[in-house]
Amino acid sequence: MKLLEYQAKAELSRAGIPVPEGRLARTADEARQAAAHLGPVAVKAQVPIGGRGKAGGIRLASTPEEAEAAARAILAMEVRGFPVPAVWCEARLDIAGELYCGITVDRDRRGLAVMLSLAGGVEIEEVAARTPERIARLWPDPFAGPLPFEIRRLALDACREETVPAGLRPIQLAQRLVPLIQRLHAVATELDATLCEVNPLVVTADGTLVAGDAKLEVDPSAEFRHPELVQLVAADGTGSVGGEDPLEATARERGLTYVHLGGTIGVIGNGAGLVMNTLDVVKQHGGEPANFLDIGGGARAEVVTRALEMVALDPAVRGIFVNIFGGITRGDEVARGVIAARKAAGIRVPLVVRMTGTREAEGRALLEAAGIVPTETAAEAARTIVALAQGGAGGGG
Amino acid sequence: MSILVSRDTRLLVQGMTGAEGTFHTEQMLAYGTRVVAGVSPGKGGQQHLGVPVFDTCSAAVRETGADTACVFVPPAGAADAIMEAADAGVSLVVAITEGIPVADTIRARAFLERRGVRLVGPNCPGLISPEGRAKVGIIPGHISQPGPVGIVSRSGTLTYEIMQALGRAGHGQSTACGIGGDPVPGLSFADVLTLFAADDATRLVVLAGEIGGSDEEHAAALIGRGYPKPVVAFISGRSAPAGKRMGHAGAIISGTTGTPQSKVAALNAAGAFVAETVEEIVAAVQERLPASAPAAGG
Repeated sequence: MKLLEYQAKAELSRAGIPVPEGRLARTADEARQAAAHLGPVAVKAQVPIGGRGKAGGIRLASTPEEAEAAARAILAMEVRGFPVPAVWCEARLDIAGELYCGITVDRDRRGLAVMLSLAGGVEIEEVAARTPERIARLWPDPFAGPLPFEIRRLALDACREETVPAGLRPIQLAQRLVPLIQRLHAVATELDATLCEVNPLVVTADGTLVAGDAKLEVDPSAEFRHPELVQLVAADGTGSVGGEDPLEATARERGLTYVHLGGTIGVIGNGAGLVMNTLDVVKQHGGEPANFLDIGGGARAEVVTRALEMVALDPAVRGIFVNIFGGITRGDEVARGVIAARKAAGIRVPLVVRMTGTREAEGRALLEAAGIVPTETAAEAARTIVALAQGGAGGGG
Repeated sequence: MSILVSRDTRLLVQGMTGAEGTFHTEQMLAYGTRVVAGVSPGKGGQQHLGVPVFDTCSAAVRETGADTACVFVPPAGAADAIMEAADAGVSLVVAITEGIPVADTIRARAFLERRGVRLVGPNCPGLISPEGRAKVGIIPGHISQPGPVGIVSRSGTLTYEIMQALGRAGHGQSTACGIGGDPVPGLSFADVLTLFAADDATRLVVLAGEIGGSDEEHAAALIGRGYPKPVVAFISGRSAPAGKRMGHAGAIISGTTGTPQSKVAALNAAGAFVAETVEEIVAAVQERLPASAPAAGG
């Protein structure tokens, strides 16, 4: 779940991290009023994706009239595929320099990493790719969090061979970063963030640190701990919703793990690894997968029904391949689901079921009784469904 | 013999009285696993499936001598359960639970590491050692058979697929170990490879990786330094698009790391054979273990 900039900044501000004064505007008129109150502003599209500035989603306005015009233009546009529901009008800062500060899950280190660079701003990805030594890193203890001396060391590392903005000495910057990074880490921990990023972290002319932008991504597995944030993101009708593939959006509403891939063979299976491998097998047999759909462990008949209905919503689908290896999932449950779903969803495209595992004999018997022929191996199923789909579509797809 | 679990394993099951816990404890008992205790706070003193239930792990370990824990506790309480078992003195915790917040896993993992307790999972199918009739987790017992192949995999159902295909060709397992599909796992591929290297019953290792992260690359580095047994590797998710979360939270390609190409290249360079399909895994094992009877002394 991605928070929008203004939502993320509210969280940072609550934790004591300075952010520019700003107001949310959903109309051009509101933007004009905001600018009348704030003075010269940056008008920023609220979309859950980076690269807004380059895409024209951020404009500067010196007067309320300019802010109104900027907001009108931005609210009418799509920023990298995302419609813009609102703009954040923000007082402009007296920028002496831009740092980068981010906290993210580092898989290799099995923990959170804090990253700091003096080369902040829009080119940070370039910096990471070309001159990774300009980004200093810290891996805090998961129980203690980043300690002041660790943050000072991180900051001094980041300052090496760099010019520190606003005439600060490296250790002065380091000391100012201690509370900021501790607070940022607290936000990341409190909100179960898999990404908590401030870029740019602005150093103003008087040497103050202010969060110029903020990105917060909450671990989807931890959403149950943050019902208020889920509500906030949903209420805004933006968050992770805008710009989403319509089929994927439907699947998410239905609680299904579905990824739209654009081919003609619908794929359903249990277990992410098995489904990924099923996609590979379909490709190896000359088919193009329409989707990834994992019904997970312990899937019951009703989930299988919803999965089949979901896959059939995609008009490009010419055949469906159900691949179930029963471990935690029971073959008879799957068979009942497939049979019920074929009826309920009125599925007319060819359907091949490859099923094995716990209670597979019962499952196969049920399928055969319903006129569906189960195959023995995934390769056989893939060969069958690719042939049937090509036949059924008259060579289309 | 096997790795991590054997006929000597004394298992305690956390969350045993729940629906999943009950179903799979029955399966584990039927397979022959020595399930000595269940832990469900508030249900201490009961018997469930003929196994005594305790309120706490420490009481269960004290009363039954349990040395391994299997966690079926729902996500919100799973990390606490993992740490409770470790604190109670077991040497191995196998976490089946799917959907544990990554921050919880990070802390639980660090907690166990400091106590020298091994963690398998979370979001994994667990382990099975057919020779010792020991199954900890949810791997279907009927597809297992004793033999010389060690299997380590990030995916549950793909593990079963490989076990069954190898079993049909007459190649059984020393131990099959699912390390789980989460971005932050307990034991890594390299950790399990190291255990297999020292296990007499294992003559060959099948490593089933997938896109995302760089654990396969780290395993390749280990193999490249001189691994004593043949390794047949497999990478799933080759047709997955970048940046998409494919069910497994771990299976996301981001930037240039975690791509199937980088994993295949690293494993090839290290001297592992990389199979393209499950059928190719079987053929490669066949070639390297012509007479695959259960390993001598196994």
